[in-house]
Amino acid sequence: MNDFVDAFKFMGDNLSLLLNRTVDHLLLSGAAIGVSLLIALPLGFWLGHLHRASFLAINVSNIGRALPSLAVIAIGISIFGLGFLNSMVALVVLAVPIILTNAYVAVDGVDDDVVEAARGMGMRPVQVLGRVELSLAIPLTFAGIRTAVVYVIATATLAAIAGSGGLGEIIYNQASYGLPGVLAASFWVAALALLADLLLAALQRAVIPRGLRPVRHADAAVAPPDALRSSEVAA
Amino acid sequence: MTTLIAQSGPVIPNFGGGGSNSCVRENRTFCWDWFTSHWSSNFQPHLVEHIVLTAIAVSVGFVIAMVAALFAYRRNWFEQPFTIATGILYTIPSLALFQILVPITGLTRLTAEIALVSYTLLIIFRNILTGLREVPEDVREAARGMGLTRNQILWRVELPIAVPAIVAGVRIATVTVISLATVAAIVGVNQGLGVPILDAIPTTFNTEFIAAAVLTIALALVADALLVGAQRVLTPWARGRAAYR
Repeated sequence: MNDFVDAFKFMGDNLSLLLNRTVDHLLLSGAAIGVSLLIALPLGFWLGHLHRASFLAINVSNIGRALPSLAVIAIGISIFGLGFLNSMVALVVLAVPIILTNAYVAVDGVDDDVVEAARGMGMRPVQVLGRVELSLAIPLTFAGIRTAVVYVIATATLAAIAGSGGLGEIIYNQASYGLPGVLAASFWVAALALLADLLLAALQRAVIPRGLRPVRHADAAVAPPDALRSSEVAA
Repeated sequence: MTTLIAQSGPVIPNFGGGGSNSCVRENRTFCWDWFTSHWSSNFQPHLVEHIVLTAIAVSVGFVIAMVAALFAYRRNWFEQPFTIATGILYTIPSLALFQILVPITGLTRLTAEIALVSYTLLIIFRNILTGLREVPEDVREAARGMGLTRNQILWRVELPIAVPAIVAGVRIATVTVISLATVAAIVGVNQGLGVPILDAIPTTFNTEFIAAAVLTIALALVADALLVGAQRVLTPWARGRAAYR
């Protein structure tokens, strides 16, 4: 138990180190999420809008889940070498399937009658996509983004093995920081992941359009990562 | 003092007897000879360990989640605290959880299993509970009409109908565990396919990276396919219907 007491002492003594590493950690995670969103959202929305390529969009996530993060990072080392770029690419590879599948399923699952009604009201295709399909797709899409963000923050810890810095660098470097340092960084990164999840849960509640917010539904959407949702996808 | 982080800069590879093998010396993408000559000493044992780690974690996780889900099915108040607790476990990054367990349970298989089991609980629990709740009320009504007791309805009607949802949960849990089990090697638990991945990192030896990574992915896909097969065996009544789809 002494190790744990020392870990909290380490946090007090090395606050600036931990904060610096946290900033690095969030920069890497943020860059990876940003790139993933740019790739996955347009593609997912577009395929969902066309109701095409469902096999691809859904199975990509099942295979994505089977990709061991450490293996992706390792293969990344052999392609891109060490450093920020490799880690970012690895994180993008892992985050894109989660966001893509949810975006696809969200738009694909919009009730046909609603789309029909929107057309009947004289909306142009762009308006149907932007104002009807995307609005209705927000809850599920955001659930995917939330899962991906928490996953990326967790996996960025692993990515430090490829020399990208962040909090994982402390965890890997027991020789320099000792067990208390390693434990301190572990608790720190766990807290960071939980905090990110809580913040996104709050944000998720805020971004769901008011019309889609019956109490029961909101509860279901706020539930932890993708357990339920991915079961639907896998089933 | 050595650290685990891969060093950039010139690397002089010395991959266990690769001196005369130009493929290994030049660190080409994949050296098949090296892979086959290290299969029985390196990859096969770690693959077996990986399977054992996964099988134990998923089985234990399944039993705990099943008991919890059945309890929550009868007593609704139990769902939320269990979901929150396992949700927190699920959110903790694997590397951190493994590392936090090491001072308590040491560098043993137990450490790996505790962390891995904790990642299966939420997934399987929610799928079982959802599966049970989605059984159509008419079916339950009919079973009651036939004079079945509450427990008979659970075991003979509700659980069989929930099998697809339950198997879906087990599939996700299995694939997740196979992926996360590679991380156990990083904290020093000398088990599973994470070991060769970790071995290759200081030297950035491609063949070892790729072989271990591909084996892990293949294991996940095979396990997933086996579970789909198991579902077909467990739900013979669904087969005909699926064929007509």
